[in-house]
Amino acid sequence: MAVAARRAEASVADNPLPLIQLRNVTKVYGEGATQFQALKGIDLDITAGDFVAVMGPSGSGKSTTMNILGCLDVPSSGEFLFNGFHVEQLGRDQRALMRRKYLGFVFQGFNLLARTSALENVELPLVYRGDPKAQRRDAAMAALAKVGLDKWWDHTPAELSGGQQQRVAIARAIVTNPAVLLADEPTGNLDSERSVEIMELLTDLNRTSNITVLMVTHEPDMAEFARTLVHFKDGLIERIEQNDKVPA
Amino acid sequence: MFGTTFILAIRSILRHKLRSILTALGIIIGVAAVVTMVTLGKATTAAVQQQISSLGTNILQVRPGQGFGRGGGGPQPANFDEQDVQAVRDQIAGVIAVAPQAQSSGTAIHEGANATTTVNGTTLDYFRVQPWPLVDGRTWNRAEEQAGKGVCVIGNTVRKNLFNGGDAVGKRLRINGISCDVIGILSTRGQAGFGGDQDDVVIMPIKQVQRRFTGNRDIRLMLVGTDPDYETAQVQAGITSLLRERRNITGGKQDDFNIFDTAQISATLTGTTTLLTQIVAAVAGISLVVGGIGIMNIMLVSVTERTREIGIRLAIGAVASEVLMQFLVEAVVLAMLGGVIGLLLAQFAVAGLSIAGGLPFLFDVQINVIAFAISAIIGVVFGYFPARRAASLNPIDALRHE
Ligand SMILES: Nc1ncnc2c1ncn2[C@@H]1O[C@H](COP(=O)(O)OP(=O)(O)O)[C@@H](O)[C@H]1O
Ligand SMILES: [Mg+2]
Repeated sequence: MAVAARRAEASVADNPLPLIQLRNVTKVYGEGATQFQALKGIDLDITAGDFVAVMGPSGSGKSTTMNILGCLDVPSSGEFLFNGFHVEQLGRDQRALMRRKYLGFVFQGFNLLARTSALENVELPLVYRGDPKAQRRDAAMAALAKVGLDKWWDHTPAELSGGQQQRVAIARAIVTNPAVLLADEPTGNLDSERSVEIMELLTDLNRTSNITVLMVTHEPDMAEFARTLVHFKDGLIERIEQNDKVPA
Repeated sequence: MFGTTFILAIRSILRHKLRSILTALGIIIGVAAVVTMVTLGKATTAAVQQQISSLGTNILQVRPGQGFGRGGGGPQPANFDEQDVQAVRDQIAGVIAVAPQAQSSGTAIHEGANATTTVNGTTLDYFRVQPWPLVDGRTWNRAEEQAGKGVCVIGNTVRKNLFNGGDAVGKRLRINGISCDVIGILSTRGQAGFGGDQDDVVIMPIKQVQRRFTGNRDIRLMLVGTDPDYETAQVQAGITSLLRERRNITGGKQDDFNIFDTAQISATLTGTTTLLTQIVAAVAGISLVVGGIGIMNIMLVSVTERTREIGIRLAIGAVASEVLMQFLVEAVVLAMLGGVIGLLLAQFAVAGLSIAGGLPFLFDVQINVIAFAISAIIGVVFGYFPARRAASLNPIDALRHE
């Protein structure tokens, strides 16, 4: 027991197991004549705690990759290991449970439930997790406080600005303490000032809560906040670079 | 998991009140219609039964003529007489008493008040063959009956018309110039569906009516009280053959009198109203099914409209069965809500229509329970298809949906 533990520690120290590993992942949409290969064989390792920006021209396969990483979709071939476990062939419901337990999503379009207060929006993942009411309220309020919106808890999306809505969406994504936060163009609908605020918030969550952040963006200014930059082109990863301005 | 989906369904229903009401509208109307129709039908049946039993059970009414189907021409069949009454009373087993009736009508007057009414001559047996208690005074005695005294027992309507509803016993009224002393007041019987107001009557010894009103000794109606231990049909057959013999009707010739069995009529009428109730209920039931289809349609539209919402739920980690359950529970809760509203509306409708139609107000537990259960079942049946469609959505497509 003790030996095994020491060996595990040693392996983490020497060669930390990546949280996410993609091995020769492909994705083919459609069939026959209309068939289209969106991913042509991707290899990618993401270490726990990293802040990754995925960049590249439109149609290069960024969202497709994010959907696979987010367990919203399955690869056509290849391997996807999460924390060392194969998840590439999980069924619909098992992927739903993966999302529930380990993942949080932020979308370009915010995607909050209309006519629903910020608090209830943030609470929603906890409802599905089956948390008791009081615990749900507390956790949701804490998450809203982290994004600086605890005073706005009873406002519906229609009563909030775009930047505030996106912060509520982030609160909803982190309320379950996920291992990974996936954000597909989270600042795409925001002006540059709001965008910077969102990026600072994501950076803060990445640092203080140790959440691995995967973000798609086509704005270089936003990518500056990330530590690792992954460039896509035509369904392949063109290059991966480290951003020296962000401390490890 | 049920608790979770129940919370979510209730929240969703409350958040979209207009949509919810519209979805449930068909059920509301269907349930209200079914419950109203069935309850009114049952009330009608009950009213008919009550009216008929107020005529008395174990009573046969014997009249000259061929009954309801009596044709136009030909000579009027002879009325009965005193000997017929005695013969029926003495020769037929199972007959307890026979009350003869001679009828007339006239204008009754008391101190300036006057009203047209029915004059009914009979014997004390009248009060034995049927339950019709007095609320005041007494009936006449044997001696008064023998002598054909000018005494009378009056119905409540006559008391209202002539005595303003006040004390009448000991007072005197005149009918067609013939005076009689009021000695008793009958309890209220009410409207007799077919026979008009049963309380608009002055009853006096038959000899007095025959002598002073009809001017003959004819008897227009015999009320035959039968022993409950005997089959009425058997008693009826006995009376028929006796009267045929007495009236010289032989061979295949038809009876020139008819015997009306209240119990049998009651059963027939009850059967008719029950059948009508069932037909009306079936029609209303169809509207309930249409209501169910309404739920399904709006839920289907709602699933399309809420595609994005479903996508969000799936992305957040809802499994398909939870989405299915949420929509199903929504449909069932809406249907049951519609059911409850429909039941409430039905009670108001029943109350209003009962008053308007002079029917007793009825709360029929059975039909309320059944209608509510059906609305819940409709929710499940018609909610399932849209719910399954919602649950089968792909989260990525759903999230991209505009
Ligand atoms: N569901 C789909 N069916 C067919 N083609 C798709 C589908 N999703 C994406 N594609 C195609 O795959 C390619 C990559 O798409 P995507 O990953 O969304 O690119 P982006 O890098 O802009 O996010 C595009 O050419 C797109 O048209
Ligand atoms: Mg994209």
